[in-house]
Amino acid sequence: MDQLIDQFFNLEIMVAAWPTVRQGLWMTLLICLAVIPMGLAGGLIAAYAAVARARALRWAAIAFVDFFRAIPPLVLLIFVYAGLPFAGLQLSPFMAVVVAFFLNNSAYYGEIFRAGIQSVGTGQSEAARSTGLSAAQTQAYVVLPQAMRNVLPDLLSNTIEVIKLTSLASVVSLGEMLHAADLARSVTYNASPIVLAAGIYLVLLWPLVRIVSRFGRRMDA
Amino acid sequence: MTQWDRFLDTFFDAEVLARYAPDILAGVWVTVQLSILIVIVGIGLGAALAMLRAYRVRALSLLIVIFADVFRALPPLVLILIAFFGLPNAGIMLSSFLVLFLVLTLTLAAFAEEIVWAGLTSVDRGQWEAARSTGLGFTQALVWVALPQAVRLAIPPLTNRAIAITKMTALGTVIGVPDILNQATTAQSFSGNASPLMLAALAYVALFLPFVILARWLERRFAWKKV
Repeated sequence: MDQLIDQFFNLEIMVAAWPTVRQGLWMTLLICLAVIPMGLAGGLIAAYAAVARARALRWAAIAFVDFFRAIPPLVLLIFVYAGLPFAGLQLSPFMAVVVAFFLNNSAYYGEIFRAGIQSVGTGQSEAARSTGLSAAQTQAYVVLPQAMRNVLPDLLSNTIEVIKLTSLASVVSLGEMLHAADLARSVTYNASPIVLAAGIYLVLLWPLVRIVSRFGRRMDA
Repeated sequence: MTQWDRFLDTFFDAEVLARYAPDILAGVWVTVQLSILIVIVGIGLGAALAMLRAYRVRALSLLIVIFADVFRALPPLVLILIAFFGLPNAGIMLSSFLVLFLVLTLTLAAFAEEIVWAGLTSVDRGQWEAARSTGLGFTQALVWVALPQAVRLAIPPLTNRAIAITKMTALGTVIGVPDILNQATTAQSFSGNASPLMLAALAYVALFLPFVILARWLERRFAWKKV
C-alpha cells in the first residue's frame, strides 16, 4: 500500500514537478485555443458542403468526413509529422498537431453541424427567405442558431474529446502537459507527475463531463 | 523524375510495401483482436453498470457515476502511461497489451454506462408500471421491458463511441504494443521510406470505414422523428 501511494501520490515529487507540468499546461491550453476554433470553422464548411445542392460537393464532403473519422488521430498525426517530411514537407511539432487535428476535428464537428442544420425544418428557411432575408442572412440568423442549439450537447461532448486528444501531441514531443509530466516521470522514476497531470485534466474536464450528462438522453449521436 | 514519380516513390514504393506488408498484416491482427475484446467487454461492463444503477442504491450509484465521470474526463493516453510506467514500480507487472486493453475497455465502459443509462431513463414511466402490473419483478421489468428499449436508443451513439475508442488502440504504439501503427513506424525507420505509414493509414481506413458508414446508416435508421 505504501508502495502504491509513494508511486502514484508522492507529494514531494508532485511539488517538484509542478513548474514543469504548469509550463505544459500552458501549451495544452495554447493548442486548444488553436485547434478548437479551427475545427469549428472547418466543421462548418464541411457541414455546408454536405448539405449543398451540388451532388459532387455533397459526396466530397461526406467522403472527407468519413475518411477522417476512420483514421485514428495518432496515425494522422504521425503521418503528418513523420511521413510528410519524406515528401519534402517538414512541419514543426506544433504545426503538425494543428494540421492533423484540423483534419480530424473538422470531420467530427462537421458531422455534428450537418445533423444540426438538417434538424431545422425547411419551413424555417422558407419563411425567412419570404421575409426578404438573403440566403446568407437566413443561415446566419435563422438556421444556424437553431441548429447550434439542437446539437449543443454533441458539440460540447466533442470539444471534451478534442481537449483530451491534445495529449497525443506528447508523442511528437510537443511540450504539452502530458509530455511535461512524462519527462518528470522519466527523471524521477515515479508516476506521481502524471497523476498530477491527470488531476489537472480532471479539474478542467469534470465540470464539462457533468454538463454533458445533464443534457441527458442522446448525448453523442 | 517527375513530381508524381517522387510522390509514388515516397508513399507507394512497391518494394518497401512488399517487404513490410506481412509485418503490417500481423499488426492488423493485433488491432482486430484488441478491438473485438474491447468492444465486447467494454459495452458489456458499461451496460451492466447502467443496470446496477437502475436499482438506485445510493452508494453504489455514486460509485458508478464517479467511475464513469473520471474515465470520460481523463485522456486514455494519460491512463496508459500511469498504468504502464507506474504499476511495475509498485510491484504490479502488466503486459503492454493488457494495459492498453484495460484502459480502453474501462473508457468504453464509462461511455457505454452513460449512454445505456440515458436510454434507460428515457423509457416511459408507463412502460415500467405496465410491466410491473403484469406481475413482473423489478429485475424482470428492467431486463425484458426497459433494457430492450434503452438499447434501441443507445445503438447509434454506442456505435460511434465504440469506433472512436477502438481507433485508440493506435495509442498502444507508445508503450510498444505491436499494432498496425507500431509495425508501420518500425518499418518506416528501417526502410527510410514513408510507404509503410501510408499502408498503415490505408489499413485503418479499410478496417474502420465500413463501421463509420454503418454508424451513419444506423443514425438515420434510428433517428428521432422531427418534431
